[in-house]
Amino acid sequence: MEQLLVARLHKSYGNHEVVAGIDLQLKAGECFGLLGPNGAGKTTTLKLCLGLADPDRGEITMLGLPVPRRAREARRRVGIVPQVDNLDPDFTVRENLLVYGRYFGLPENDIAQRIPGLLEFAGLAARADAKIQALSGGMKRRLTLARALINDPDLIFLDEPTTGLDPQARHLIWARLRQLLNQGKTIFLTTHFMDEAERLCHRLAIMDRGRIIADGAPRELIDRHIEPQVVEVYGDSAETWAAAFGRGAAERCERTGATIFCYAHDADALVHDLDRRTDLRYLHRPANLEDVFLKLTGRELRD
Amino acid sequence: MRTKDLALPAFSLRFVHVWRRNRLVWSKLAIPSMLGNLADPMLYMLGLGYGLGAMLPEVGGMSYIAFLAAGTVCSSTMMSASFEAMYSAFSRMHVQKTWEAIINAPVTLDDVVLGEAAWAASKSFLSGMAVLFVAWTLGLVASPLALLVLPLIFLTGLAFAGLGLIMTALSPSYDFFMYYFTLAITPMMLICGVFFPVDQLPGWLQGVAQVLPLTHAVSIARPIMNGAAPAAVLPHLLVLAAYALAGFYVALVLTRRRLLE
Repeated sequence: MEQLLVARLHKSYGNHEVVAGIDLQLKAGECFGLLGPNGAGKTTTLKLCLGLADPDRGEITMLGLPVPRRAREARRRVGIVPQVDNLDPDFTVRENLLVYGRYFGLPENDIAQRIPGLLEFAGLAARADAKIQALSGGMKRRLTLARALINDPDLIFLDEPTTGLDPQARHLIWARLRQLLNQGKTIFLTTHFMDEAERLCHRLAIMDRGRIIADGAPRELIDRHIEPQVVEVYGDSAETWAAAFGRGAAERCERTGATIFCYAHDADALVHDLDRRTDLRYLHRPANLEDVFLKLTGRELRD
Repeated sequence: MRTKDLALPAFSLRFVHVWRRNRLVWSKLAIPSMLGNLADPMLYMLGLGYGLGAMLPEVGGMSYIAFLAAGTVCSSTMMSASFEAMYSAFSRMHVQKTWEAIINAPVTLDDVVLGEAAWAASKSFLSGMAVLFVAWTLGLVASPLALLVLPLIFLTGLAFAGLGLIMTALSPSYDFFMYYFTLAITPMMLICGVFFPVDQLPGWLQGVAQVLPLTHAVSIARPIMNGAAPAAVLPHLLVLAAYALAGFYVALVLTRRRLLE
């Protein structure tokens, strides 16, 4: 059954169309990732799905209920990890879970029974009585995730869950999200980290300027949109090398700063030539999601 | 302004949990918070009441300090509700993003604003009650019938909570609240009958006082605390209720506009 259905969704602020007609379907038990550069419309899409903003046009059904009309009801079975932590600084770790459980109208006993398990899940059992200000960024993130699970939701929304975290903290969050998927939860996450999307998501959509410009499984997107081999070339003379040799031997060459990215089905000739050069360094690697993303959304900065 | 912002409020009982959240925070600091709230009105009441009162004959048929006690019950209620609905609510809404976290749960913004208004009124109820208690221990209250003033205190708290929440919905920063204090709260302190009878003022200023909510709270509280039946209770109550309802509705509309897009 579809946990979330979005059809022909539109939303404008003033003259700016932030969401310009998108369709989404999330099946039960899958992890779906919405990727896009800053300002692509990801967070607005999330807000619309949750019924926290009204669409101009289009239809949303979350857990079988029409949104925004019955959004409040639908949110009883939804967990949300917002982009910016909004844990309650007036409370301890445990109290944050307790007070948040009350907002769902859960009986005190049920909340009390769930708290130890959630603290364990978040690795915060030893910090149950700590103030929020005393927690590290990773701990706050884990607590926010635990808080989103207080109502044992079927569907979990995560808006850039690992932005600003160190690698250890990110890996721990990913492990927890996999654990939730194994329990049969459905996950909708937005991110601009390609490795995160590639590791976690069964299916992705790349969003840019309010539209979905590509979707599919991570591997499928890479196969469909990009040559399988990438050679990155660094050095002062990289551009000269590309003009003289690289652009001929690769199917496609792109430049960012002083780095040349060569895309090819067969990179042997490129590598062979680069091995003889002492003035250039290179990295030969398989194509990844980031290559697809940059190809589809362009390399210029988005602020 | 979008039409859906103007919709009538739609509440659920979940507003109680917003109220409980604030009470839980308050309960951790209840004693210092109560003392802090009491210090200011007490200093005015005792300092002016005994100091100035010694030089005055009866005011409005009672000792000056008894006169002032009734005014202080109302003014401390006003202050407490206003501070809670502005500085504290603004912290929760804007700085801590607590309201955003709450409306991600199955609680609507309407519930949040109602919970905040009810909480600010509850907290001001405690302030007003504390002043009433001190007045009673000093022998400034005529009879136990003075307890009838308690529902009035709560209604007064609601009226000022609504006005304060309007300011919160409009405010870009804490500094903004100074305008409201300077232009609304301080004038009310001075012309609504807290320190001296309104009829001492020039006619036009009496007219101004009549449209301000604090005047109507004081007009009922003072006779009740001094064992007399207040004249024309209903019109005063209606003015306070109108401020409470209209203030709440305007605050809700403005908060929806601010947060729900």
